[in-house]
Amino acid sequence: MNVNQSAAPVPPFGQPQPIYPGYHQSNYGGQPGTTAPPTSYGAYNGPVPGYQQTLPQGVSRAPPSSGAPPVSTAQATCGQTAYGQFGQGDVQNGPSSTVQMQRLPGSQPFGSPLAPVVSQPAVLQPYGPPPTSAQVTAQLAGMQISGAMAPAPPPSGLGYGPPMSLASASGSFPNSGPYGSYPQGQAPPLSQAQGHQGVQPPQRSAPPLASSFTPPASGVPRMPSMTSPLLPGQGFGGPPVSQPNHVSSPPPQALPPGPQVTGPPGPPPPMHSSQQPGYQLQQNGSFGPTRGPQPNYGSPYPGAPTFGSQPGPPQPLPPKRLDPDAIPSPIQVIEDDRNNRGSEPFVTGVRGQVPPLVTTSFLVKDQGNASPRYIRCTSYNIPCTSDMAKQAQVPLAAVIKPLARLPPEEASPYVVDHGESGPLRCNRCKAYMCPFMQFIEGGRRFQCCFCSCINDVPPQYFQHLDHTGKRVDAYDRPELSLGSYEFLATVDYCKNNKFPSPPAFIFMIDVSYNAIRTGLVRLLCEELKSLLDYLPREGGAEESAIRVGFVTYNKVLHFYNVKSSLAQPQMMVVSDVADMFVPLLDGFLVNVNESRAVITSLLDQIPEMFADTRETETVFAPVIQAGMEALKAAECAGKLFLFHTSLPIAEAPGKLKNRDDRKLINTDKEKTLFQPQTGAYQTLAKECVAQGCCVDLFLFPNQYVDVATLSVVPQLTGGSVYKYACFQVENDQERFLSDLRRDVQKVVGFDAVMRVRTSTGIRAVDFFGAFYMSNTTDVELAGLDGDKTVTVEFKHDDRLNEESGALLQCALLYTSCAGQRRLRIHNLALNCCTLLADLYRNCETDTLINYMAKFAYRGVLNSPVKSVRDTLITQCAQILACYRKNCASPSSAGQLILPECMKLLPVYLNCVLKSDVLQPGAEVTTDDRAYVRQLVTSMDVAETNVFFYPRLLPLTKSPIESTTEPPAIRASEERLSNGDIYLLENGLNLFLWVGASVQQGVVQSLFNVPSFSQITSGLSVLPVLDNPLSKKVRGLIDSLRAQRSRYMKLIVVKQEDKLEMLFKHFLVEDKSLSGGASYVDFLCHMHKEIRQLLS
Amino acid sequence: MATYLEFIQQNEERDGVRFSWNVWPSSRLEATRMVVPLACLLTPLKERPDLPPVQYEPVLCSRPTCKAVLNPLCQVDYRAKLWACNFCFQRNQFPPAYAGISEVNQPAELMPQFSTIEYVIQRGAQSPLIFLYVVDTCLEEDDLQALKESLQMSLSLLPPDALVGLITFGRMVQVHELSCEGISKSYVFRGTKDLTAKQIQDMLGLSKPAMPMQQARPAQPQEHPFVSSRFLQPIQKIDMNLTDLLGELQRDPWPVTQGKRPLRSTGVALSIAVGLLEGTFPNTGARIMLFTGGPPTQGPGMVVGDELKIPIRSWHDIEKDNARFMKKATKHYEMLANRTAANGHCIDIYACALDQTGLLEMKCCTNLTGGHMVMGDSFNTSLFKQTFQRIFSKDFNGDFRMAFGATLEVKTSRELKIAGAIGPCVSLNMKGPCVSENELGVGGTSQWKICGLDPTSTLGIYFEVVNQHNAPIPQGGRGAIQFVTQYQHSSTQKRIRVTTIARNWADAQSQLRHIEAAFDQEAAAVLMARLGVFRAESEEGPDVLRWLDRQLIRLCQKFGQYNKEDPTSFRLSDSFSLYPQFMFHLRRSPFLQVFNNSPDESSYYRHHFARQDLTQSLIMIQPILYSYSFHGPPEPVLLDSSSILADRILLMDTFFQIVIYLGETIAQWQKAGYQDMPEYENFKHLLQAPLDDAQEILQARFPMPRYINTEHGGSQARFLLSKVNPSQTHNNLYAWGQETGAPILTDDVSLQVFMDHLKKLAVSSAC
Repeated sequence: MNVNQSAAPVPPFGQPQPIYPGYHQSNYGGQPGTTAPPTSYGAYNGPVPGYQQTLPQGVSRAPPSSGAPPVSTAQATCGQTAYGQFGQGDVQNGPSSTVQMQRLPGSQPFGSPLAPVVSQPAVLQPYGPPPTSAQVTAQLAGMQISGAMAPAPPPSGLGYGPPMSLASASGSFPNSGPYGSYPQGQAPPLSQAQGHQGVQPPQRSAPPLASSFTPPASGVPRMPSMTSPLLPGQGFGGPPVSQPNHVSSPPPQALPPGPQVTGPPGPPPPMHSSQQPGYQLQQNGSFGPTRGPQPNYGSPYPGAPTFGSQPGPPQPLPPKRLDPDAIPSPIQVIEDDRNNRGSEPFVTGVRGQVPPLVTTSFLVKDQGNASPRYIRCTSYNIPCTSDMAKQAQVPLAAVIKPLARLPPEEASPYVVDHGESGPLRCNRCKAYMCPFMQFIEGGRRFQCCFCSCINDVPPQYFQHLDHTGKRVDAYDRPELSLGSYEFLATVDYCKNNKFPSPPAFIFMIDVSYNAIRTGLVRLLCEELKSLLDYLPREGGAEESAIRVGFVTYNKVLHFYNVKSSLAQPQMMVVSDVADMFVPLLDGFLVNVNESRAVITSLLDQIPEMFADTRETETVFAPVIQAGMEALKAAECAGKLFLFHTSLPIAEAPGKLKNRDDRKLINTDKEKTLFQPQTGAYQTLAKECVAQGCCVDLFLFPNQYVDVATLSVVPQLTGGSVYKYACFQVENDQERFLSDLRRDVQKVVGFDAVMRVRTSTGIRAVDFFGAFYMSNTTDVELAGLDGDKTVTVEFKHDDRLNEESGALLQCALLYTSCAGQRRLRIHNLALNCCTLLADLYRNCETDTLINYMAKFAYRGVLNSPVKSVRDTLITQCAQILACYRKNCASPSSAGQLILPECMKLLPVYLNCVLKSDVLQPGAEVTTDDRAYVRQLVTSMDVAETNVFFYPRLLPLTKSPIESTTEPPAIRASEERLSNGDIYLLENGLNLFLWVGASVQQGVVQSLFNVPSFSQITSGLSVLPVLDNPLSKKVRGLIDSLRAQRSRYMKLIVVKQEDKLEMLFKHFLVEDKSLSGGASYVDFLCHMHKEIRQLLS
Repeated sequence: MATYLEFIQQNEERDGVRFSWNVWPSSRLEATRMVVPLACLLTPLKERPDLPPVQYEPVLCSRPTCKAVLNPLCQVDYRAKLWACNFCFQRNQFPPAYAGISEVNQPAELMPQFSTIEYVIQRGAQSPLIFLYVVDTCLEEDDLQALKESLQMSLSLLPPDALVGLITFGRMVQVHELSCEGISKSYVFRGTKDLTAKQIQDMLGLSKPAMPMQQARPAQPQEHPFVSSRFLQPIQKIDMNLTDLLGELQRDPWPVTQGKRPLRSTGVALSIAVGLLEGTFPNTGARIMLFTGGPPTQGPGMVVGDELKIPIRSWHDIEKDNARFMKKATKHYEMLANRTAANGHCIDIYACALDQTGLLEMKCCTNLTGGHMVMGDSFNTSLFKQTFQRIFSKDFNGDFRMAFGATLEVKTSRELKIAGAIGPCVSLNMKGPCVSENELGVGGTSQWKICGLDPTSTLGIYFEVVNQHNAPIPQGGRGAIQFVTQYQHSSTQKRIRVTTIARNWADAQSQLRHIEAAFDQEAAAVLMARLGVFRAESEEGPDVLRWLDRQLIRLCQKFGQYNKEDPTSFRLSDSFSLYPQFMFHLRRSPFLQVFNNSPDESSYYRHHFARQDLTQSLIMIQPILYSYSFHGPPEPVLLDSSSILADRILLMDTFFQIVIYLGETIAQWQKAGYQDMPEYENFKHLLQAPLDDAQEILQARFPMPRYINTEHGGSQARFLLSKVNPSQTHNNLYAWGQETGAPILTDDVSLQVFMDHLKKLAVSSAC
């Protein structure tokens, strides 16, 4: 990540360098030797340059910046000390550019002497005294960031021209790239610094500095700028300043003791700093940025550079700083919603009601509209006209999870049986009977609420109306009183006009060398023996109706006859992979209980049979083909569970070649990495869908397997993909088995078709998710389970009426796991508005993000990633600008005003922008990106929410006795204290972060080792210990896992350990190593964009 | 005459050879005027309990183009230790081992009574016999059950070290791996796709070891067992496995809807069987045994579609060129047969079904490789069960009556050339000085390959006299022929059997009587019949009959005694007397008449006719009829409707059928139950006698004949009625007005009419 950043920034700096050189030399010259950290940071050096770039900007401003740099360090330290509360300005890694800007100011403050220089005198003042920060926060709280601040910089600028620098900086950032060349003298140090940020223990450095510098740190944050500033600083009063920074860094050298070191900061540090530059940088980076940005909200400009946007008018904005605590906090919003709405049940009787957030646990009472567990909308108030909608740019979308699981307290949908006549439908639009249908003429007819067609009520369905025009039996009939219900389908709704047979599960196991060697096959076979008892059942059925079959394969396929009458299983090898067929009919798909003995014998033998295999090549497409053909031959729908290990290079249809090429990243061809290599899989998927054959893929790759291609079929058939890179039984067993169990046991609907009908005026136009569409309206899902969602986008095709509102009806025709054909209906009524304010008042940011993420993730298939990112930013800016223009009370143009419902939009969107798919770090593989892209496509709102903004839970803050989940904190390094332990989860990963100075007692009771240093880094299981803390933590981990659809493997990360890099990737409010902006920086940038739009 | 009969019989017993002429016309021109070619029926492996094989290798003539084997006809100079080859007159030194040779100390091969001698070759690795079962699973339940039992039974009959393999087929083809414990493995192939041998071997995973084999030839023997081990296993090792496997065989599980035939991939199954052996055991004795219960209905080699409403091709369709799959299928099987033959393997076909099974298309598989063809109604019949069991019968030495991969080489004196052979063989295309340009049967070669043969396998070998009229052979000159058969004995030994015969030359002009007297009319009839049948495979039926008639007439003209234009004066000598009668019955036989026979039946009959020895062949041409009565012991009677009498029991043996026919009175007595009354015990004995005799025939016959027990007026009596000479028909019944015999309802001419015509034509100068 650093690298990327650095690359961009470097170029500009060319100029700055000259300046720096001088500095660095002096300072760093000595340092280099010292720097112990180098090793780890080596990598970072790259990034550093980036920072330097900032410096370059600084260059012009150099002087000021130089002053600043020291500050930054100082700040950082301060942050710790003073800011301890904040946690950290550090976090802001992301938008280094912005950071820089901020930093500059910061730096100024630091060099207190210099401070004046610092562009933002005003700010500075505040800095000096911690209070400033407070002020900032206050401002933030208001949500409005005073643009006014910006002007301040100029002042500082005077001396240093910092403001200027800011502007330039932004521009320069990109340039930073050039640094590479510079690196030599000056650059190096800088680079190091940057690296540190990424890596680094912001805390340590920060604390000490902070102490000395205090708030000003905020300015500091822009560590990068710092560097530049530093140089100048040196020139100026620089020396001292720089020293502080350095000092802080020195501690890093000490790495382990990091924090302590910080202490020493003072004078000596300068030298150190130079050496440790890496560290410092890190610190700086993290610290500086954070602070800078925070204070400066307004300062958005700095951010600009990062985004590629030009510096714009640097001068005006430069100095602003934002207090991280003052900007909208996801944690706060979640907490508030939980407190306000968690206690009351959500009653769906009222049209257009915005449901509680997905993070709030609440009960739903269905009184005519579908539960938000089934459908969530981006807005519950739809603009009446398409013009309004266009103006607002708020996408109108619904995230539908038709088979969502409900908490035990809520009843699952009633099943309505209308007998042979089947469900009652509108003759014209074919909508199903629902509570919104209007009965007229004494109940003899009804008017369709979707198309207004008047239909006769069939005699057997006739019922009188009461005085309000309601049917007397309305409350006796689910379809007249509830939002969600099911109809039993008649034979007309079945394929070939034949009731379906019960579905089948086919387990298809790779038995090539890799799979055997890792122990996968043995593990799997052992597990299947017991797992087969837990196949999904319908209702109270005694045994599952699902039949099972087994196939193993490498270069050829092995089918197994496990007919109950056989004494031993029979294996049938099909080598003709070019022309796949199913070699047997009878005995392939069997009832588990009847054939138990044979199946057990088979599962016992599979690992033995292939124990000595030397076959390393595998096929893939023929395997799916075989499963599909088997289902076809058995005339049923079903699911294939594929356990696959390697790139299918054996000669066969669907053969793939290794086309992984990281050089394509950030080029126009990057999209090809997400596209399938061959069209063969799409064709195959189409056939699968036609047969109702859903494919779940479990991957165990050691290297590139081309997830983008392999996941095509699962994706189009409504299946899931699970990936266990470098699978090892000891480490990954729990995770795999847990996922497998869940996947096998979960209730699935097969051979499904989903259709979303809407009342006149809007129309479903676009669909996102794991499914196949052969026309523009029907979503075909070979399989659909309770975890899969379909996101639907609507567009106006006419004017809407405020009175009648807008209606959605989602009808899902599917075959249950017992083979029953059913229709599940979800209805939802939305309000329509003529005022934009209503729209903004009824939005759901989480859903919006879900939609935007899916939209963007699909976009990368066809457009360069950069343009996808720009589109997202633009759209977000437009949404917010529209609000500002039309809904917000008049205020200073410099203020950032966000709608209450969308105040988290920037932070969340920034998370999306920083995600691996849209901004990959160096350690993210092509397969990982394709995998995540594919996963997000069918995530529901709760999943995207936590996925993009991970939950960070402090474990030792709250009393051990408390049984509730500890309150989450914001995902930023600043918020971590090295004396605590934290859990971080995002639905896929689970980290336990251990601070370096955690009490020994805690270490002992949790890890059963005497000291921090003896904790095994990367540990994935906590020892089972009989003490309250251990129990509590393990209990918490279990409960977190229980909330997610996939098992999260625990990784214990020690502070300052190598693994911490990985962990920091999830601290999404911070600037990321891959160049993602910090929250503060992004907010600044967004503000700038908005202002541009408004002007 | 008697002497000639004895001579012929003696020769047959000793050498397994019957010549059409036992004194040979000495010039080419004269020979062609003899009408019946100089030819012989050779039974290469005729059982000779009195002939112990010698345990050394034959001594060969040193002339590279000759390489004849030292034999009693060679002149030997005991002093000089030299011998002269009687074919090329090359003088050869005896090998060192023969140093002690002298007039009184002769090696066996020089003794006249060892004109046929068998050598055992000790060289070379012995490879075990291989039996590859190819089993159709599209059978009725009880049929499949019976077949499974027969197969399981057969395992106990195989030599313990024999390798066995199993392929089953239906809609798919499964090649079973036999060596696995705990799970039975098989490789499955689509039944519709023709695969090359290479593909098959790749898919069976046999190709990898093949690479080193090619690179390092010496390693080959070691590689073999490894390569094949999965699919071909020693019976002693996997006896239990295979028995279980066979026991668990299920009917083809794919549903067959009403009005359809099951999809049967015979073509692909055979192709895989051939490919499997080709890849693993080329040039080793192996039997592919195909058991099928119906016609191939899909894939390459399909004979009929799966729509039941479209019947399988009939002769009518074939004549109308309306058999759409026939040519393609035939081509497929021919290709397989040729490959199999090239590998030295043979294919047996056991087809049991009420309808046709495509033998017409598949016949080449057995005919070219020397395999057996068995046709029955069901696997659940004794006909199949006993026939199958008989394949594994053993001879007096306890060896199986089967041999593999034989090469028959024929050497002749200079006056003779080889025109061709007819029998279960393929040409090896060995050109040489003794190969004639005129082909009769499979010609153009002096060597043939006979991949599978048994002690009764008999080839017709045709010669041409090439000696020119103006180069007379000195009085007392003899012509010689040597037959060298190299084969793999069922004990896996390599053996060479050498038969050397000589016959006198005679000048046809001056010594026609001699030649005439030495005519073997039985052999001649069979040899001519083979030629006729051989022609019938490629020519229209009527053309063949005309050709046969013309030959007969010419023969009669040549050797008959008559006055021109006076049919009544026509006489034939004893040595020719039966010949016209044989031809009469041959014309009516199913070998040349397709009426009332399906194409499959014709193929089946012809298959057996082309490989059985003389006696059996004659029975096929002219069935034997015995009559049982109270008037005396059983007696052979004329195959004539006049033999069908009310108070007789008839036993007819047509080779393919054994018919016991109760005359009208006998049948009534039997119905009345007289046989159960003690006072009529003689009647009981009379009834029993033919049954016992039939059993005796059944015991020895391969394949088992259809056994028919019928009576006057019974529907099955047709088998008898269709064979007898229709001397009494509905046309002349009343004219004769006698109470002898039974009228046959036919328009066919009777022997009498046939002979009358023959005489007329023979004496007429018009021809």
